[in-house]
Amino acid sequence: MDFINHQLFIKDINVHIDPILPKKTAIITHGHADHARFGHDHVIATRQTIDIMKIRYGDKCAKKFTPLRYGQKYSIKNYDFTLHPAGHILGSAQVLIEKNNHRLVITGDYKVGKDETCKNFKLVKCDTLITEATFGLPIFQHPDPKDEIQKLIRSIKINKNNCHIVGAYALGKAQRVMNLLRQQKYNETIYIHGSLEKLCQYYSKEKINIGKFEKVSSKDKSFYEGKIIIAPPSALKDRWSRRFPNPIICMASGWMTVKQRAKQQGIELPLVISDHSDWNELLDTIKKSKAKNILITHGQEDALVYYCKKQNLVSKPLSIQGRGDEEIE
Amino acid sequence: MKKFSSLLHNLILTPSRNTKIKLLQDYFKTLDINRAYALAILSDQLSFQFIKASKLRELVYGQVDQHLFDYSYDYVGDLAETISLIWPTNKEGKSQNLSTLIENIKKIKKSEINTEFSKVLSELSNNERWTLIKICTGGLRIGVSERLVKTALADLYNKSVNEIEEIWHGLEFPYENLFQWLKNETSKPKIDFKKLFHPMMLANPIDEEKDFKRLDANEFQAEYKWDGIRVQLMVSSNSVSLYSRTGDNISSAFPEIIETTKGDAVIDGELLVGGNFKPSGFNDLQQRLNRKKASKDLQKKFPVFIRAYDILFYKGKDLRKLSLVERRKYLEKFQKENTTNQIDLSTIINFSTWEELTKYKNNFYDDLNEGVMIKLKNSEYLPGRKKGYWYKWKKNPKLVDAILMYAQRGHGKRSSYYSDFTFGVWKENELVPIGKAYSGYTDKELLVLDKFIRNNTTNKFGPVREVKKEIILEVAFDDVFPSTRHKSGVAMRFPRIHRIRWDKPINEVLSIKEFKKEFKID
Repeated sequence: MDFINHQLFIKDINVHIDPILPKKTAIITHGHADHARFGHDHVIATRQTIDIMKIRYGDKCAKKFTPLRYGQKYSIKNYDFTLHPAGHILGSAQVLIEKNNHRLVITGDYKVGKDETCKNFKLVKCDTLITEATFGLPIFQHPDPKDEIQKLIRSIKINKNNCHIVGAYALGKAQRVMNLLRQQKYNETIYIHGSLEKLCQYYSKEKINIGKFEKVSSKDKSFYEGKIIIAPPSALKDRWSRRFPNPIICMASGWMTVKQRAKQQGIELPLVISDHSDWNELLDTIKKSKAKNILITHGQEDALVYYCKKQNLVSKPLSIQGRGDEEIE
Repeated sequence: MKKFSSLLHNLILTPSRNTKIKLLQDYFKTLDINRAYALAILSDQLSFQFIKASKLRELVYGQVDQHLFDYSYDYVGDLAETISLIWPTNKEGKSQNLSTLIENIKKIKKSEINTEFSKVLSELSNNERWTLIKICTGGLRIGVSERLVKTALADLYNKSVNEIEEIWHGLEFPYENLFQWLKNETSKPKIDFKKLFHPMMLANPIDEEKDFKRLDANEFQAEYKWDGIRVQLMVSSNSVSLYSRTGDNISSAFPEIIETTKGDAVIDGELLVGGNFKPSGFNDLQQRLNRKKASKDLQKKFPVFIRAYDILFYKGKDLRKLSLVERRKYLEKFQKENTTNQIDLSTIINFSTWEELTKYKNNFYDDLNEGVMIKLKNSEYLPGRKKGYWYKWKKNPKLVDAILMYAQRGHGKRSSYYSDFTFGVWKENELVPIGKAYSGYTDKELLVLDKFIRNNTTNKFGPVREVKKEIILEVAFDDVFPSTRHKSGVAMRFPRIHRIRWDKPINEVLSIKEFKKEFKID
């Protein structure tokens, strides 16, 4: 495992995983902005991740793209790379690196729970596991997302004269919320913030069931009474949100577990819907991976490192620059 | 318990007062015995002395790894919430009624707390656990005052809040007589008058142009308006208690008054801080407020007294129908029986024209009074803010021009507007903040300011924006005190935005030195 450094850089073959700055060869786990950046020479990722990067940054955001299917091998010298489903968002992948019989997995962001908007997480056994720890505290035990989405549906039924603005990250979370609503038989048109439009169209094209949606356009206020509007969290505080009648501010995020946090952010209806593993899922993955060596990246790594050491696993935190922005999931 | 805990959950998250009232009403509408428990909890009349924060920590350490708990507590910052989230839920548990749950907990013996209370916690959901811990440790901190609960009940059953407030302190759990009366099944509960809080008589602001033409100065008397807190003192042979204007019992915070007052009366007056009946300002009074108890040291350092101005009962006799002048005679009698250091009388100002009163309003005692009260001599003691009897005439506010420095978004309706403004004056070549205001402007001015802030942000510190130093605000404030907590060395009382000074260049704003000199701060 000493072939990779704390910046997820393999010096030997000049390959980076999810680098922040433009690099020669970059393996990208998924399309979120803290992992996928503009300006690499060569991007290796799933087809969907590459599509998403092109939608967000333009067709020329890298000089060369190599799409990989899940499980398809890509070799550079004596390093074999394969991508495996991470269950985080559409196209998300874990990276398995095999070298001289040593198996190293970089999970990227992942969740173990079911999700209709992407291929679900697959456990990969390995010797070294580099896991994320966004929700690496035992207080985070995500509830069933169906129950959470029901809270939203109930609130709509009770508060007919209000509109519900749901803060959700533009890529992944927004579409997941839409899909969950559809699973619960909410069949009305869902209104979306302009910044979500292209990504929603892409999800539809990829046959993800997010149902009918329409961009918010300035119609008269009362039009949005009783409607659901999905917007990125930053728009909740923006002037943009003033156009709606008596909005009830909702937020779909794992951080909503903590009431005090929801309150600080002015969220009236917190929905604990996360695209990351919760505490028990992190522990379970660590255990089932059979890895003896656990490196823990962005998030609440202290508690998880402590736990692993108690289990007699070699463990240390890995601080990667530019990660851990809590607004981003 | 599920319903009550989701009520608390919703109450803590909604910023709107009306929504809070609606949530409370929906709860009180639908339940029977549980609502009595809910009322007791919301009005802070139910707590379990034996379950303290330290006990809860001990219990949680028995359930989860201590270090993992500490990491989590560090992150969450709230004990009740951390415990509720981290405590392992036993999925077998049945949902219990709020009333059953409370009664079961009451029955737990001290020696069995560790096992029995832990068992209860394990059988609840996260949110129920959070609620129970909040109940046990007291002080819900969910942004709901006792007054708001009373308002919700009053509106629900078409009664007035004053009526509820009047009998509130004589009511006892489970409040059967209250609920029956609210539903019009019985008449208003009869309660020993010594336990009654009598809603206070309040004043309207005077309209200088209209009222002084209309009103005959000879029919009124005036008193200084003191900047303390309004209190009602109830004295009887076996007990003395002190209530705030909202009917909260604040006796325990002011033991010197409770211990020394004698007689049989209900007194209305202003609680002030100061020795030998010389008030020392609101800043000092604040040292004594919001405390459950007062140490001997604190009593010595910040002595309190009541400046009495009215009397409602004397030796069992209801005086409220008498005129103010008549009541004053009884008040003087009562004061003669209490020649301690704790009670004195509000001075009556003699005047024959409104012009004459003006000089009293503005000049007397300078900073220690806020203006004058004008009271109809033959007014009865009437609860609430009835027109035509009592008026307040505040001094003109102090004004200062200051430069807008920082802005922050407001809450609730104003959450998308930059509506909280920090402003400052010069200190050499830099600006130093002297105060923060979030009221006083018109809707139009707010829009202009919001736009300016969004377009002229020079720096961001979390939610706070620093802006280009261009806008001058004329700030009105009631008073200003020296302060060691602020960089500028001053703290304003009730600053608000009076207007925007488009006409003035920023270099004409005062320096902090000049500011202190002008408002006489050392």
